[in-house]
Amino acid sequence: MTQAPTLRASGIVKVYPGVKALDEADLVLHGGEVHALMGENGAGKSTLVGIIAGAQRPDAGEIHLDGLPVSPSSPGHARGLGIRAVHQELTLLPHLSVAENLAIGGYPSRAGVIGWRAVRRRAREALAELGLSIDPRRPVGELPIAIRQLVAIAREMQGEARVLILDEPTSSLDRTETERLFEVVRAARDRGVAIVFITHFLDQVYEIADRVTVLRGGRVVGAGRTADLPRLRLISLMLGRDVAERESRLAGRNGESEPAEEASAPVVCARGLRRGRALRGASLEVRRGEVVGLAGLLGSGRTELARAMFGADRPDAGQLAVDGRRRRLTPRRSSRLGIGLCPEDRKSQGLCLGLSVAEGLTLAMRAKRGWWRPLRRGERQEIVGRLTRDLAIRAVDSRAAVGTLSGGNQQKVLLGAWIATNPRVLLLDEPTRGVDIGAKDEILRRVRSMCDHGLGVVFISAELEEIVRACDRVVVMRDRETVGELRSGEIDEHRIMRMIGAERRA
Amino acid sequence: MTLRLLRSLSLVPASAWSLLAAVTLLLAIYLSAGSVFPWFMSWRTAATILDSAATLGLCAIGMTFVILAGGIDLSVGAVLALASLVTAIALQRWGLPAWLAIPLVCAIGATYGAAVGGLVHSARLPSFLVTLAGMFLARGVALLMTSEGRISMNRVPVHLWGSGVRVVGLTLPALVFLATLGMGALVLRWTVFGRGVRAIGGGEHAARLLGIRVARTRVGAFAVCGLCAALAGVVHSVGVGAGDAKAGELMELDAIAGVVIGGTPLSGGVGSIVGTGVGVSILKVIELVIVSDGSLSAQWAKIVGGGLLLLFVLLQRSVGRITKVWAGGRTDLDPHRREAQPVSRAS
Repeated sequence: MTQAPTLRASGIVKVYPGVKALDEADLVLHGGEVHALMGENGAGKSTLVGIIAGAQRPDAGEIHLDGLPVSPSSPGHARGLGIRAVHQELTLLPHLSVAENLAIGGYPSRAGVIGWRAVRRRAREALAELGLSIDPRRPVGELPIAIRQLVAIAREMQGEARVLILDEPTSSLDRTETERLFEVVRAARDRGVAIVFITHFLDQVYEIADRVTVLRGGRVVGAGRTADLPRLRLISLMLGRDVAERESRLAGRNGESEPAEEASAPVVCARGLRRGRALRGASLEVRRGEVVGLAGLLGSGRTELARAMFGADRPDAGQLAVDGRRRRLTPRRSSRLGIGLCPEDRKSQGLCLGLSVAEGLTLAMRAKRGWWRPLRRGERQEIVGRLTRDLAIRAVDSRAAVGTLSGGNQQKVLLGAWIATNPRVLLLDEPTRGVDIGAKDEILRRVRSMCDHGLGVVFISAELEEIVRACDRVVVMRDRETVGELRSGEIDEHRIMRMIGAERRA
Repeated sequence: MTLRLLRSLSLVPASAWSLLAAVTLLLAIYLSAGSVFPWFMSWRTAATILDSAATLGLCAIGMTFVILAGGIDLSVGAVLALASLVTAIALQRWGLPAWLAIPLVCAIGATYGAAVGGLVHSARLPSFLVTLAGMFLARGVALLMTSEGRISMNRVPVHLWGSGVRVVGLTLPALVFLATLGMGALVLRWTVFGRGVRAIGGGEHAARLLGIRVARTRVGAFAVCGLCAALAGVVHSVGVGAGDAKAGELMELDAIAGVVIGGTPLSGGVGSIVGTGVGVSILKVIELVIVSDGSLSAQWAKIVGGGLLLLFVLLQRSVGRITKVWAGGRTDLDPHRREAQPVSRAS
C-alpha cells in the first residue's frame, strides 16, 4: 500500500491581487484511490486543482507526476500528461452528439478529414469501459445533467489517464444519480487512476473517499485517511476559527434578548419551502430587531433559501408570508415590502460594477421609489454622504466606479444600497466573504446597530465564529433542509457543528 | 405507443427539425406557385431561381460559418461590391487573365475576412462592430475607386460566362453556388476545422478547454466568409458585365435572414449549410412568385420575407423546447444552478 504517489504537488503558492489564494499548499495523490478535497468557498480548492490541471500557473511550488517534475502550462498540456479534469461548469458542447463530445480535441482524422466511423467506435468503447449504456448518437444537450456528468467522465478517462479531477460532480444530482456516478468513479479508480473528488457533502466523502485533504484560507489544514478522521474533526477543520481572528465579542450583544422582541410576530415567515433539488423543506422566520444566523456547509441550501425568501426563485411548495399574509414574492415586490437581499456573489448579482458609488448606493432605492419620483440632487447627495460616513466606505470620491473599490468597500456599497431603501428585513448572504478583517467588523457592527433600531436580519456565513458572535438565533441547514435551531443561550460553535455533521437519516 | 414514437422522434436533433421545416416550406411554396403558374414546374425555372440566388447564396454560405462560430458579419454586401470592382479593374484595366484575376480577388476577400477575425479574436471586440466598421470601409473604398460608380467590362467577353455557359441547364453562377454549397457542407461535416467552428459557437470556453484551436478556427470562419463574399462579387460582376460600387447593399441582412430561416440560429453552434441553401431559395422563390403575380409590388417580397423570418425564429424556439421535454432531459430545471458557463464573449 506504500506505493509511490501518482502525483505530488508541494508548496503551491498562488497570489491574486489582494488575496493569497494558495499558501504553500500540498496535495499527494495515489493511484487507485479517491481523494476528497474539501473546504469552504474561497478555501482555494478550485485554484489548486486548476493549477494541477494546467488552467492556472502557480507563483511557486512544484508538481511531480510519477516522480518526474512537470509544470502543466495549459489544459491541453495537462491532458497530454494524463491529468484530466471534469469541471463544475460542464465542458460539454450540448448540441454535438455524445460520440463527438468524446472525440473532440483529438478527432481521428486523415489529412484533416474526420473518420466518423472511428469516432463512433471509440465512443462505444469508452462508454463500455465504464459500463455505461448511452446512445453515442444522442446530442448531449438532450441528456439529463447526471448522464452528462458521466459522459464528461468517460471523455476524460480516454487514453492514458493518470489523474482525474472531479469538481463537485454531485452538487446537482439526487441520491440514485449520485450512486450511479460513484459506480463509474469506482470503475475508474479500479483502473489505477488517482481521483480527486471535490464535494461539500460529508456523507459522500465517507462513502467513497480513501483520503481527505482539507483546505482553509489557501492552506492545507488537515490531510489523512478518511477512516482516521471523525466527522466532527473534519467539520471543525473546514469551519474552525482562525486564531488571528479570535477577538472580543462584538459590543452591543450580550447574549440576552428582550422577551418582547421574541414574542413579536415575524415579519417574514417561510414554512416548508421546496424547490426542485435546490431546497427540500426549509423553514425560517425573521422578527424585528433580531439577527438570525443561517449556518450550514456550502451546498446545504443556505443561498437557495435566501433567494426563495426574497422571491428571486419561486418555490414549488411551501408557504411564504410577510406580516402574516401569504405572498407570492418577486424581487420587486419584496423590495416594496421592505425585504432586501445582498447576494453572495456581489460581482455578478449584487452590484453594477460600472456605476459610480453614488449611483450604486441609490440604485435599489430608486427602483423602489419608481421612475416617476426621481431623486433630487441634494437629496441624493445627502443620502450618499450619510451612507458613506456610516459605513466608512473608502472611495476616492462618490463618482468612482464601484468596480474600482476593494472587496470590503464593494460589500459596503451593496449593504448601503439596501439600507437606503429603509428595509425591515435584510437577507445577507456571506456579507463578509473576501473582505478584510477590519471591514468585516465594521459590517457586523453596522448590522447589529441597525437591528437595535428594529431591522430583522438573516445572516449567512461559512464562518461559524462570526455567526456565534453576531446572531441572536441560529438555524442550521443540512442537505438542503433546515434541521434545527439554537436559541440565544445555546449558541456555540460545537453545537452548530454537531447539527451540521449529524448522520443522514436513512 | 405514442409516447415511444415521440421519444424516438426526439432523437432527431432540434436543428434537423428546423431544416425539415424549411425544406417543407420551400416545397409547399414551390408547389403552390406551380399550381398557379404551370411554368414554375420546369427545370428552367428552377435553374433561373438558382441563378438569381447565387450571389446572395454565396454570401449566406460564408455567413453561416461566421454565425455557427458565434459571430456575425455585416460587411458581406460591401465586400461583394469591392470585389466586383476589383474584378472589373483586374480584367478590364490591367488585362489580367481570368484564372489569375479571380483567385486574386478571392485571396483579397479571404485576407480581409482573416483580418476581421483576428481583430475580433485578439482585441476581444464584438464582431457586430468590427464588421460594421468593415462595411463602411469597404463600401467607402469601393465608391472612391470609381467616379461614376461602375466599371464596365467590355474588353473581355464576360457576358458569355454570365449567361452563355450552361451545364445541364444551370448557369455558371448557379453552378458556382451549388459547388460552394457542397464544399461548405463537406468542410463543416468532415473536417476538424468545420467541427471546431461549431464547437466554438456552442461554447467557446468549453471548446478551448477541450483543445480546440479557438483563434485559428475563428479567424478561419471569418476568412471563409470574406472569401465567399468576394466570390459573390466575382459572380455579380460577371453577371452584369461590370463592377458596381453600389452592388450588394443590405445584402448582409438578406443573407442573415436566409441563414436563420435555414435553421441556423444567431446563437451559434447549431445549423447547416444545406439549410442555408434552402433558406436563400425560399426568399428567392417568394420574390419570383410576387414578381410573376404582377398585381403586387415587388416590396411585398420583403414583407413576406420579414414575416417568414419571425415565424421561423418562433418555430425553432418552440421545437427546441418540445424536443427537450420529450427526451426527458429536463435541463432547464434550475436556471440558477452554478453550472452556468461564463458568459461567452459577444462576438
